[in-house]
Amino acid sequence: MEVPILKQGPYLIASIQSALSDADLVELRDGLVEKVGRLRSKGVIVDVTALDVMDSFATRTLRDIAFMIRLRGAETVIVGIQPDVAFTMVQLGLTLEGVPTALDLEGGIAYLNKKSAASGREAKARGR
Amino acid sequence: MDAEYNQIGASTELAQPSSDRRYRVFEEARITIETDTDIVVARQRGRELATRLGFSSSDLTLTATAISELARNIVQYAKRGEVTLRLIERNGREGIAVEARDQGPGIADIRRVLEGGYSTSRSLGLGLSGVKRLMDEFEIESKVGQGTKVVARKWRK
Repeated sequence: MEVPILKQGPYLIASIQSALSDADLVELRDGLVEKVGRLRSKGVIVDVTALDVMDSFATRTLRDIAFMIRLRGAETVIVGIQPDVAFTMVQLGLTLEGVPTALDLEGGIAYLNKKSAASGREAKARGR
Repeated sequence: MDAEYNQIGASTELAQPSSDRRYRVFEEARITIETDTDIVVARQRGRELATRLGFSSSDLTLTATAISELARNIVQYAKRGEVTLRLIERNGREGIAVEARDQGPGIADIRRVLEGGYSTSRSLGLGLSGVKRLMDEFEIESKVGQGTKVVARKWRK
């Protein structure tokens, strides 16, 4: 099942619609890493609300996505981790350390807006 | 408890699927595990079956995630194997037993694998130790060159 990647202004939104196989997750990773360059996106939101299982592979791939996107010069935020999924991840010791998360899409956009405003201020300060 | 389960890493015949005689089995589903989509099929089937037992939503997620880890171990290390899901009953208590069986390379040092954080592959290395944490009961037997069998059970609270 392919994950649709939507362009929303300077951001990309990957909205997972159903259970994903390992191959689907890898395809999502490669698609995002490519698109963030081609569309010169500043941020990526991966919405996992529909995922009822986040096992070690899914968690590792999401972490890889966030780190690869950062190396490409953009920010990633994972949104919509469900309460039962969060409970299971913590039991497994999968904390997604170093990867920003937000409650939902709205929270994810707010995070990215804040982040790009902050980097804009920094650039301005350096310019003086 | 079966004698064969008491010894971790005991040398036992792994070729034939064994039925679990300690419990009454009232439903069984067997899924061949060969590709990553089989992993998804197995965990969805497990969630479906456990739903019928009236598992809480967090226990459904814990169980489905454990099945996912076990099935992935098969694909990753043994290439091919099977997952058998059984709805079981013991002393009026109902639960689900997940059996993952393969004839892959086997595990030389089970204790080390179960300590967690250890992995010969690229995953986070939480596979088997993670499954043990997610489920109520966990048994493993493995013989190098012959294969691995894991049985994990979760009971309705």
